[in-house]
Amino acid sequence: MSEDLIKLTDLSFAWGEKVILKNINLSVPRGSVVAIMGPSGVGKTTVMRLITGQWVPTSGTVEVAGQCVSSMSHKNLYKMRRNIGVLLQNGALFTDLDVFENVAVPVREHTNLPEALIRRLVLIKLESVGLRGAVDLMPSELSGGMARRVALARASVLDPSLMLYDEPLAGLDPIGASTILRLIRDTNDAMEMTSVVITHSVEDMMELADYAYIIASQSIVGEGTPEELRQNTDPRIVQFLNGAIDGPVPFHYPADDLHQDLLG
Amino acid sequence: MSKSNSNMDAISKPLATLGRSVLFFAQILGSFRPDLKQLRAILGQVYFIGARSLVIIMISGFFVGMVLTLQSYVELSKFGATDSVGAVLALSLFRELGPVLTALLFSGRAGTSIAAEIGLMKATEQLSAMELMAIDPVKRVIVPRFIAGVISLPLLSMLFNLLAVAGGAAYAIYIMGIDSGIFWGNMVASVEFQSDFMMSFWKSLAFGIITSFVAVFSGYFTTPTGDGIGRATTQTVVVSAVAVLIVDFLITALMTWT
Repeated sequence: MSEDLIKLTDLSFAWGEKVILKNINLSVPRGSVVAIMGPSGVGKTTVMRLITGQWVPTSGTVEVAGQCVSSMSHKNLYKMRRNIGVLLQNGALFTDLDVFENVAVPVREHTNLPEALIRRLVLIKLESVGLRGAVDLMPSELSGGMARRVALARASVLDPSLMLYDEPLAGLDPIGASTILRLIRDTNDAMEMTSVVITHSVEDMMELADYAYIIASQSIVGEGTPEELRQNTDPRIVQFLNGAIDGPVPFHYPADDLHQDLLG
Repeated sequence: MSKSNSNMDAISKPLATLGRSVLFFAQILGSFRPDLKQLRAILGQVYFIGARSLVIIMISGFFVGMVLTLQSYVELSKFGATDSVGAVLALSLFRELGPVLTALLFSGRAGTSIAAEIGLMKATEQLSAMELMAIDPVKRVIVPRFIAGVISLPLLSMLFNLLAVAGGAAYAIYIMGIDSGIFWGNMVASVEFQSDFMMSFWKSLAFGIITSFVAVFSGYFTTPTGDGIGRATTQTVVVSAVAVLIVDFLITALMTWT
């Protein structure tokens, strides 16, 4: 394994008294595609926000490229983020800008390239996601899958060394989902990036990821290559991978006794 | 215990909001950089916020001027002082009605639009996406809207006054039959540059700061849901209106006593 680009050590995070994550240890080797999986609401997106420094851990450390994120100054944090591309769940395209301008935003903001070069760069990125022809469309004219691909072009336009994907397949039809999956792998390999994919889409990630972590009950309950995870007999992992309705993650939200509630 | 907690909340929440607003105001001022990108964004917002408010401001101004003239004429005619209708119109407009009504219309037209737009950007994670792209949303989204509001309101207020005077003059001269020389002569003689015209300017500048700040603050700190955006727009109008009226009194008192 090559050196780790991301390293989370004894990481805990809480909102007030509610503990979201407890003693998380996780590392992402350079050049790999790592999936962070788990049921909804378990704190997967929180991990992403801690990696990008949007939130500060209650305890433990987050290191990106050897630098501790939580102790960074605002200026250094922004400097680090220039080297990270993030694809948010709904794409988060700027609704007042067309596709071209959306992809051009990071370039205009962080470089002084001439307009002709910006145009070429944006068109190349849009071509790579198959949407060069949609350059003049507004976000409201795009389908969910197209919006996600434009957002991917925007996130990778400055060729970052790390890409973070937050639920990239949520709400997409099978064609849109497989397109995004292929783009994640192609972008990662072609640009020699490192990718972290946060998702609950088990089958797709088992195909895509080099390594995966499963988060449940505030901590990592399983990790390994897709094959190793399939062999794992931990009931929490088995329930998640098989999508069983009931199990260690209960179907019912905690409540008082049913008979007492209904009959008094 | 719970009553004591709710009493604490009643004190601590407004204090927390006040503290947050002071810090946010300082952050806005600290994020203002007169670079080309920000100036271009400010100009764009002056168009969206200012120019697009022109119609409502002009129509309102014209009719406010006419109704003010009508009301003044009716009352002044009881004392045989209808010649002073131009002076009453101008003084009421410059000292009070122009800046106050423009600010109220501005917060209803542009303030709500700013709050809803920023709230929606927050709800759809556009602000979050900016942060993740190492773009400061305060610098790129908040500052241009705030500065554009501060620039636009005095200009709109002047336009409101102009249209109101025009509306009042049209009504007084062409419908009431007041001599135009007397109408304009009395107006010019009674309006002073420093105490009337500049009072209108200073008030509208202060109201521009208040209404723009309330709008960006409400949008930026709203709960990112449909309900939250609705509350942000309502809050923009209510807080702006109350703050404008309070500050109007304070400025009037200050400029009258000094």
